[in-house]
Amino acid sequence: MKHLRSIPEIGPDGIVRLLEISRRMAEVNRRPVPKVPALVGRTVASLFFEDSTRTRLSFETAARRLSADTMTFSVSTSSVNKGESLRDTVETLDAMGVAAFVVRHRSSGVPWQMENWTNASIVNAGDGWHQHPTQALLDLLTVHDRFGLDPSLSSLRGIRVAIVGDVKHSRVARSDVQAFTMLGADVVLVGPATLMPPEVDGWPVSIAGSIDDVLGEVDVLYMLRMQRERMNEALVPSMAEYGSRFALDARRAALLKPGAIVMHPGPMNRGIEMQVDPTLLPGSAIADQVANGIAVRMAVLFDLLGQPEGGIPS
Amino acid sequence: MSITIRGGSIVDASTESRRADVRVDGDRIVAVVAPGAALPSSDLEIDVSGCVIAPGLVDLHAHLREPGREESETIETGSRAAALGGFTAIVAMPNTEPPHDSRPVVEFVREQGRRAGLCEVLPSGCITVGRAGEVLAPYAELREAGVRFFTDDGNGVQDPLLMRRALEYARDLDIVLAQHCEVASLTKGAVMHEGACCSRLGLPGWPSLAEELMVHRDIELCRLTGATMHFLHLSTARSVELVRRAKADGLPVSAEVAPHHVSLTDEMLSGFDPVFKVNPPLRTAADIAALKVGLADGTIDAIATDHAPHAPHLKEQPLDQAPPGMLGLETALAIAITELVDTGLVSLQGVLAALSWNPARIARVEDRHGRPVTEGEPANLVVFDPTAEWVVDRNRSASRSSNNPYHGRVLRGRVRHTIFAGHAVVVEGEARR
Repeated sequence: MKHLRSIPEIGPDGIVRLLEISRRMAEVNRRPVPKVPALVGRTVASLFFEDSTRTRLSFETAARRLSADTMTFSVSTSSVNKGESLRDTVETLDAMGVAAFVVRHRSSGVPWQMENWTNASIVNAGDGWHQHPTQALLDLLTVHDRFGLDPSLSSLRGIRVAIVGDVKHSRVARSDVQAFTMLGADVVLVGPATLMPPEVDGWPVSIAGSIDDVLGEVDVLYMLRMQRERMNEALVPSMAEYGSRFALDARRAALLKPGAIVMHPGPMNRGIEMQVDPTLLPGSAIADQVANGIAVRMAVLFDLLGQPEGGIPS
Repeated sequence: MSITIRGGSIVDASTESRRADVRVDGDRIVAVVAPGAALPSSDLEIDVSGCVIAPGLVDLHAHLREPGREESETIETGSRAAALGGFTAIVAMPNTEPPHDSRPVVEFVREQGRRAGLCEVLPSGCITVGRAGEVLAPYAELREAGVRFFTDDGNGVQDPLLMRRALEYARDLDIVLAQHCEVASLTKGAVMHEGACCSRLGLPGWPSLAEELMVHRDIELCRLTGATMHFLHLSTARSVELVRRAKADGLPVSAEVAPHHVSLTDEMLSGFDPVFKVNPPLRTAADIAALKVGLADGTIDAIATDHAPHAPHLKEQPLDQAPPGMLGLETALAIAITELVDTGLVSLQGVLAALSWNPARIARVEDRHGRPVTEGEPANLVVFDPTAEWVVDRNRSASRSSNNPYHGRVLRGRVRHTIFAGHAVVVEGEARR
């Protein structure tokens, strides 16, 4: 595997392989000294054109636990503000000797465009509304852990997942729909039509207009972040009305079936889509998601950069 | 300069195919004779066996970027690309910096075209000052400078009142207003066609409706005002149907399609290459089929390139920032032959109607372009081999830019010679100027 850019590019076999490596990395993370020398001497550059603290820190922590060197590029302090193009930025960092770029950009497709300008591996940390594959992998790992499943091509058969909220603008939703269904889960998308992609006919999902219709049936309730600026685009009348139809509150949490888990990619909007304190929900897996993020990103970097030598270099 | 062309077959508005030898002297066709008949010797004698001799092509829609964006194209480089593509006249779009809303700018564009001497450059005029959609441009002043074709291309005129006034004011001036049909509030931030593909790729969608609403509005404004209207680069099946009905109602409307809209689908964006970002966007296979039917039944009058060069550093940006547009002048005839003639949908004469005499009529240059290939007519001619196959190479273009969506594709139909105002400006596929 050269890049990790999208769930379809790695496919079900790639997902299962990365989940298995992730579990080994989770074991490393439980050691008293959670660090291995697998990527000594390799440099991982994080290239974040869009604000993100948690994803960047998660990747950088993962890289350091594998003993890689890290380089951080964030737009607020960079020459992009002086008009430097994406191409020049990539080529400049490439010339410094980068083994992998971890990139986030508000425009879909940037990880594919970058391929023309570097031979380094490219890890997609979120491109536009398109893909966020490490989020999907950490979500899968979390579900497997919580339900005591071992990853396989059909390990999620019988698991019902509801993804609630702004699917249209969500790279998390696009990646998760593909990743969950590839391993056999049933996925239902829940939200107002204004927040659904324009055409989902070919998607392996069902659609529900009301969260209350699905609460009692699902094993996983996945709440998406609702962005306040969507109100300016006339996509919902108000955040209050959105919340009344689609938020998770105490009443709705009580309707979840026993054993169901609640997930959220973060950062949460308390009082909008989350109107109940998740730490009080027995089913909340949100903290697990964050912890698993490090293991999954270690697995991805190891899989990309630990090859072709294989194993842990001495 | 005199030129003798032997061995070809003439295709023009009056002839589906007729073998003849043609002699040009000065700026006129001086003889059209039976194959092999005696002709005086000429400065240039060319054998064009197997080739078609047709009136030079006319493009209603070329972005030449000069003045203001010479890094992407100049009038000279764009004219050379046009000549290599078989065009003897091109309408220069008004979205330059400054735009074509005053006499000095359109005179500059025409003069630069004259200096290049590769084809006739016909400056369009703006519908509104600065293409800003607020105040009417000075149509009479621009008409005096020879402008007959007016558009805010790149922008649609959003305000229906302003468009109504524009059509009413234009009616008595014998000019044509050409609309870029796009309701801007529906396409804010759009990168590609709104449909299954954009849903999958997570790219903001440009709904077909944004075009169709304006086509419908302007058809009704034509009905109200009686003014003549041309629709630029139609891209959707419903747009074709709206124009078909308007024509059936006898309204004075005409329409064009771009070669890329009959040859490429929105799926081309799957690799996120900005070369395939264009406005209006590439649509679906169903739209392509409807556009082709529109060309076959005459609903669509013209094939117009929407040649839109962008320098590499502009085009290779993230998709949300990359400017829309693709090259078209050097490939238009071959795309038309490959997609329409070879597939049996349109006759070669029908394709040449859409590329020569129909657009000549719409641009009001039918006195000198798109003329029959007969004695005494202006010597604006293209000679092409309709069966020659070639591989498109973006690095072998006369354009200053290389945003060519057909790079690596095999196309059929290749221009061999272009004669403009009696000069052989392209000989054996090479520009002579």
